[in-house]
Amino acid sequence: MKVVGKPLAKVDAAAKVTGRAIYADDMLPARTLHCRILRSPHPHARIVSIDTSAARRIPGVVAVITGSDLPVKFGILPVTQDERALEHEKVRYVGDPIAAVAATEEEIAAAACDAIAVEYEVLEPVMSIEAALAIPKDERIQDYGGPNNIHKFVSLEFGDVDGGFARADNVREDVFFFQGNTHLPMEQHSAVATYIDGRVTLWSSTQVVHYVHRALAKVLELPMNRIRVIGAAHGGGFGGKTDPFAHEIIVAKLAMLTGRPVKCTLTREEVFYAHRGRHPVLMWIKTGVTADGRISAMHFRSALDGGAYGSYGVASTFYTGALQTVTYDIPAYRFEGCRVFTNKPPCGPKRGHGTPQPRFALELHLEKLAHDLGLDPVELKRRNFVKPNTRTVNWLRVTSCGLEECTDRVIKASAFHQRKRFFGRGMGFAISSYLSGAGTAIYWNDMPHSEVQIKVDRGGVTAFCGAMDIGQGSDSVLATIVAEELGLQPADIRLVTADTDTTPIDLGSYSSRVTFMAGNAALEAARKMRALLVEAVAAKTGAEASAIDVSEARVGDCSFEEASVLAEARFGTLTTAGSYTPPKIAGPYKGSGVGPSPAYSYSACVVDLDADARTGLIHVNKIWIAHDVGRAINPLLVEGQVEGSVYMGLGEALMEEQVFRKGLHKWPSMLEYKSPTFLDMPEVETFIVETNDPEGPYGAKEAGQGPLLPVPPALCSAVYDALGVWIDEIPVSPEKVTEALRRKEKGEPPRYGPPRFPSIPYPEAIKVQPPPKDFDAAAATI
Amino acid sequence: MAEEHGARAMFVAGGTDLFPKLKRRQFEVETLIGLDFLPRVIRNGSTECAIDAGVTLATAAHDSHLQAGFTGYAQAAGLVSSPPLRNAGTIGGNLCVDTRCNYYDMTYEWRKAAGFCIKKDGDICLVAPSSPRCWAVSSSDTAPMAIALDGVVGLAGPEGDRELPVSALYRDDGIEYMAKRPAEVLTGLRLRKSANTRSAYVKLRRRGSIDFPIAGAAVAMELDGESVIGCRIVLSAVASYPLEAAAAEKFLKGKRLDQETIREAAELAAKPAKPLDNADLSHFWRKRMVRVVVEQAIQRVSDQRAGFGG
Repeated sequence: MKVVGKPLAKVDAAAKVTGRAIYADDMLPARTLHCRILRSPHPHARIVSIDTSAARRIPGVVAVITGSDLPVKFGILPVTQDERALEHEKVRYVGDPIAAVAATEEEIAAAACDAIAVEYEVLEPVMSIEAALAIPKDERIQDYGGPNNIHKFVSLEFGDVDGGFARADNVREDVFFFQGNTHLPMEQHSAVATYIDGRVTLWSSTQVVHYVHRALAKVLELPMNRIRVIGAAHGGGFGGKTDPFAHEIIVAKLAMLTGRPVKCTLTREEVFYAHRGRHPVLMWIKTGVTADGRISAMHFRSALDGGAYGSYGVASTFYTGALQTVTYDIPAYRFEGCRVFTNKPPCGPKRGHGTPQPRFALELHLEKLAHDLGLDPVELKRRNFVKPNTRTVNWLRVTSCGLEECTDRVIKASAFHQRKRFFGRGMGFAISSYLSGAGTAIYWNDMPHSEVQIKVDRGGVTAFCGAMDIGQGSDSVLATIVAEELGLQPADIRLVTADTDTTPIDLGSYSSRVTFMAGNAALEAARKMRALLVEAVAAKTGAEASAIDVSEARVGDCSFEEASVLAEARFGTLTTAGSYTPPKIAGPYKGSGVGPSPAYSYSACVVDLDADARTGLIHVNKIWIAHDVGRAINPLLVEGQVEGSVYMGLGEALMEEQVFRKGLHKWPSMLEYKSPTFLDMPEVETFIVETNDPEGPYGAKEAGQGPLLPVPPALCSAVYDALGVWIDEIPVSPEKVTEALRRKEKGEPPRYGPPRFPSIPYPEAIKVQPPPKDFDAAAATI
Repeated sequence: MAEEHGARAMFVAGGTDLFPKLKRRQFEVETLIGLDFLPRVIRNGSTECAIDAGVTLATAAHDSHLQAGFTGYAQAAGLVSSPPLRNAGTIGGNLCVDTRCNYYDMTYEWRKAAGFCIKKDGDICLVAPSSPRCWAVSSSDTAPMAIALDGVVGLAGPEGDRELPVSALYRDDGIEYMAKRPAEVLTGLRLRKSANTRSAYVKLRRRGSIDFPIAGAAVAMELDGESVIGCRIVLSAVASYPLEAAAAEKFLKGKRLDQETIREAAELAAKPAKPLDNADLSHFWRKRMVRVVVEQAIQRVSDQRAGFGG
């Protein structure tokens, strides 16, 4: 390998650090109009009337639109098309968009929004999971789902759960709560639209140009071929730019109405309302273990606070129950999930989508079980680790699995078992796993999930792919793979990405899918191109094709440029294509589409901290983290993703929370919504573990999300190790720690967390026969 | 000029608090009067130090004379916000910094949705709706320390120049929080101490940087060997003005600084602190933490005396 595995700089590094990269908000085509959006001041209300006449009279205002201009509903999932770009009947959270203004200046647009008179009939807001489960005082938030404000139920049972508990020697139940939090990307959402010759072009800070394309076509009622969506340079998404958003549709509509370019950059406050962040999840978990510490059965319940709309919520609900089995060999498993609507900004996917919450609960629960049994928690977990090349009880296919090695690395490096034990200092351990891309698309179709075209022309190589680089480095990965196969450097590869007019499809940067899926597509396209070049050189020089080496910008005895000329003369225009479709590995039951992935990454983490018993303040000293990425195509990028995940996980564990007071987001600002600063970030020692996945490009798996997952539970384990109190609720704020210590002192259970799990009318579980134990036999049954 | 424009004008020095507030429409003015032309000098003496109001917080924090002789003040200046803001923000600005409340420090749209509060555009206090006054919190790190170090500010106005002790500069009101007349400019600060005065400032906030204080203790102590000759303890962020802990000061006078005495003094100092639910973290926790920050600040002063360093 010449470039794969090398810590090369990102291909877009210079553009990003010199300010040359063009973000959507940098764009200012001539005659651009600025758009601002009027948003609901009420968490729950019916709209009686909207009067825009005063706004229209303000000089500089060019267009004002309301919900009746954009009545078609949309939403990321086909089953929950429940959003409107502008609401004209009912608002469901503070921040729900109602009207939009295009004006010559942003200040004028803001003043015009303020001048729009809206009459509301205020309804009782529903602000908690408990309130959503109860009969609503006024009316339901959405008119689907139910009973009450329940959006979605999931109830699945794999294997003989009751029998598993019956043969357990020890059974334990716990309740946990994971508070919601938001993505907090540095770049606010921003979009610019033009309408020229009957065609809409939208530049947007999005993770998924394809899904935005689909939503625009639906709401604007235009054929897809009259809409072009281009991903602008991206300042961070973390899942927060994975839905189609109101402002993207609004600027397109305003451009169509005015014939002028229209731009909308959300304010920081509006980003908190756009949200789609981490669901607050209340969880109940019950596990049976035999005397030798082997899990005999598990029952997991979740209740998700979904906010006001569907977003990815159905998938999020499934995810809270899907991946428990991917790290631990659970022979019998029952999962009951429930998502409710509340009058808050909609929740959706944030780094780890629906899985950090159950991972937090599961890891702490097993930690407690180990204490019950008098076993070392690391040992208890190890005894139950899944093995490579197995099928889980819920039919997920595990191929490469570096759990053992990840665990060994962090336990050894941190000297976990040799740590000095004294009050106020502690270490905690946790593991996790995540998908390398969702095995199924968001809408049902049989097409490939990613496609790459390569064009070679007089020595120049251009790769075309719909994948969106959101800062994670997907452009660099594509360039590296193509360069490796063609014997070039990544910087030699010209990239055209994330443009629905010029690039073939890629479903987007979500579910950690790009390296695996676009990477495989690029690999196929590049190998085909390499074969053409080799064949042309072989024909010319008479050498055996198999003896022709492609490296160092040479193809056998020819320079790359000479080889491309020979090949073009022989074959005509040099283009190749590759595509990737995930294997059909989902289990034979309804709901099996969420969870399968062509490969799973694995992580293990140790947190070392000081906890001040007097103040409850926590100082994290160091974090060791090992991540099984299959193969690091660029170890620098992998480390960046792992450390970024640790940072985000720590923020969630210690301070970040999207909370509400009197129906309003309590602190929609970067000053008041606390996220760690440089000074709060501890030293991180990262170990890259390579298991060489048989289906990943060069063996690669994901790195962008999985390493976040073990951080919160490892931190809570360390707090217990330091102070002897369990904080069963994220974030671990100092007041929770001091309260738990007070309870401990009074002889109450030494714990801070939710007292109980509510009674939820889950439906009868669908009973699913587990797959055959044998890997190949299981594969044959699908 | 300020007199002529009245409430429609404001002074601006560093602008680190003012500009975001203009954007959020907490301040709505037509004219800003820049103070960049004022001198920016620190004049050191052995028992007195005069600092021009336009000196940046970063300069004050790094000034070796202040660090050595007025330690607590340099510490407080160095703990304000973040490095970029300390490079722009001035010591005069920090003395005048607006009181804070998380019902008030929000955008116009948020405040409109919440219902405007008494401090801007409304008529009730959202933290304490039954109270007739505003409970926004004094959030200056340097003001309590300036009081503890017997500071005096210079004010220049249309009616002439005058001096005012920093302790008389503030009022117990979230809106009219300064005794300075609107058209007066704060031109400088004089800190005063005896040869044996030691000082320290301890700030409590969620993160290592950026955040305003959620509790803070400024302690200046004149020591004769082991015993306390005189002492000032002033708290930040627990009231609408820097709150002087008179009972604790009285208690410490003449006492030897041992652990028990420090604990008792901290207990006394914390008593008058009344944090409300309008800043970060719970006010119950913040109330309990006042004791801790006071104890830490006294401990640091005590450590300096013993040569342990700040």
